[in-house]
Amino acid sequence: MTTTAAASADAIRELDRLMAQMTGDEKHGPAATSTLDALWVLYDRVLRVSPATAEAPDRDRFLLSKGHGPMAYYAVLAAKGFFPEEWLPGFGSYDSPLGHHPDATLVPGAEIGSGSLGHGLPLAVGAVHGLRAQGLTGPRVWVLIGDAELDEGSNHEALAYAGPAGLEQLHTLVIDNASATHGWPGGIASRFEAAGWSAETVDGRDHEALYAAFSAPHPGRPRAVVARVEPKDA
Amino acid sequence: MDTMRERFVSTTSQLLDEDARLALVLAEISKDGFSAAHRRHPDRVINVGIREQLLIGAGGGIALTGLRPIMHTFASFLVERPFEQVKLDFGHQGTGGVLVSAGASYDWPAGGFTHMAPGDVALLDTLDGWSVQVPGHPDEAEALLRQSAARDDRVYIRLSLQTNARAHASDGKPGFRALREGRGGVVIAVGPMLDHVLAAAEGLDVTVLYATTVRPFDSAALRAAAGVQNAADVVIVEPYLAGTSTAVASEALTDVPHRVLGLGVARRELRRYGRMDEHLTAHGLDPRGLRARMARFLPGTPR
Repeated sequence: MTTTAAASADAIRELDRLMAQMTGDEKHGPAATSTLDALWVLYDRVLRVSPATAEAPDRDRFLLSKGHGPMAYYAVLAAKGFFPEEWLPGFGSYDSPLGHHPDATLVPGAEIGSGSLGHGLPLAVGAVHGLRAQGLTGPRVWVLIGDAELDEGSNHEALAYAGPAGLEQLHTLVIDNASATHGWPGGIASRFEAAGWSAETVDGRDHEALYAAFSAPHPGRPRAVVARVEPKDA
Repeated sequence: MDTMRERFVSTTSQLLDEDARLALVLAEISKDGFSAAHRRHPDRVINVGIREQLLIGAGGGIALTGLRPIMHTFASFLVERPFEQVKLDFGHQGTGGVLVSAGASYDWPAGGFTHMAPGDVALLDTLDGWSVQVPGHPDEAEALLRQSAARDDRVYIRLSLQTNARAHASDGKPGFRALREGRGGVVIAVGPMLDHVLAAAEGLDVTVLYATTVRPFDSAALRAAAGVQNAADVVIVEPYLAGTSTAVASEALTDVPHRVLGLGVARRELRRYGRMDEHLTAHGLDPRGLRARMARFLPGTPR
C-alpha cells in the first residue's frame, strides 16, 4: 500500500466513525457510502473552500443536489471542521440542524438545501453565470447528482444548455450506483458528451482516479465525471 | 402609449445599465426586445432557451451568488410550469428574485387556455414571503419594477395588456389608495380592473380602493375603509381567479361583521377564443356584469 493509499484508507475509516454517530452502525453498506470517496477527494484535494472561506465570494462551490442519504456529506463537512462532530448524533431529530435532507440555511458549509431531485444542476448553472457576471472566473462550481436523479427532466434542461453555453466553471459529479430503473443505455457520460461537455467515467472508490478526473483540464467546456460504485441492489 | 411588457423591456434595459447587481434570465420570450441589452451586458442577460425549469433554477443560482435575478416569460410558464422551482430555488434557499410575467389571464384569448394563467396568484399564495404586484398601467409597472429591482425580497410582477386609461399609483407605493369614498360598501379594484370597476360603481355610494400591490395585502386600508360602516360589505375585483383574495380580506376583518364577494376569472374553462373584451364579458368583468353582481350583493343598491 502506498503512502497516499494508506492516508486515504485512514480518512475513510475516520469518516466511517463519524457516520456511525448518525447511523448507530459501525459498518455501512454501499448505498450509504456511495458518495463517500468522491466527496472526500473533492473536499480534501480539489475544492478551494474551508470553514474560514465558507462565505468568501471567490470560494469554490459544492452543491449536493442528491440530498438523499446525506450522512457521508455531513461526515465530510464535520471532518473538515465546518461544524462540530457533536452535531452528528442528533441527525434527523427535531432540534438538530442536520436533517435527512440538508437545509442550507441550517448547515454551515452547505451551499443549497436539497432533497427534491433535479434542482442542483440548474442552480449550479445559475451560480456559474452569477460568478461570471461579477468577474469571478476563478471559482469552480461542483454539483453532485445520482444516476437515478438524472431521470429528472430539469437536469436535461441544464445539461443541454451548459454545453453550448461553454460554462467551463461548471462541474457535475454523477454517482452511478445503477439505481435508475430504466438505466442509461449508451452510458451516462455519452449524454454529457453529446451536449458538448468534457466527460469521463472512473471507479468511484479509487481516490487517485477520482482526483485525476476531477483535476483534468477542460478548456471552454463544462466537465462531467461519472463515478461508478457498487450497484445499489447488488 | 407603450404596453406594460414594452415598458418592462425598456425599464429593465436601463436598470441593467445602472445596476451591476441585476441579471436578467429569459426563456426565449421577449428576447428580441432585449437584444441591445444583451449586447451591452452579455454576462447579465441570459437566454436559456425554451427551458422554464432552468429559467427559475438558473435565476436561483444567480441569487446564490449575491446578484438579483429578474426572470421573465408568460405567466403560465413562469409560475405554473416550474412552480416547484419557484418554491424551492428561492424561498427554501432563503434568497430573493423578481419574477415578471406577461400574458396574465386572458391577454391572448385566441391562443386559448394553454396561454392563460388565472391561477398564478393563488398558487403564489401557498408560499411564504412573495410580494405580488399587479400594475394597471405601464407607468405603475415601471415604478413597481424599479422598486423591486432595488430590494432583496421575492417579488412577482404580473403584467397585462389590459390597462386603465391613466395611472393612479405611479409612485409605486404599496398601500391601497381610496379613489372614491362612500358609505354603502367597499370595492377593491386590483390593477387593470380599475376602469371597469369605476364605471360599474358610477352613482353607487361605495368606497373604491385601488390596489397594485396585493401581497402583502393592505389590511389596514381595508379596515379603515370598512370602519366607517356598521357592517362591512366588501367586493374584491381581481383580474385572475375569482376569490383569490377573499381569505386575506376576511382575515383583515376578523373583528368586524363582514361579507366578502370575490369577483374575477371563473375556474371553469371557457373553451372560447376571440378577443379580450369578449372574455371579460364572459367572466362578468365588464362594467355591466360587475354592476349587476355588485348590485345583488350590496344592500340598498339601485340596479
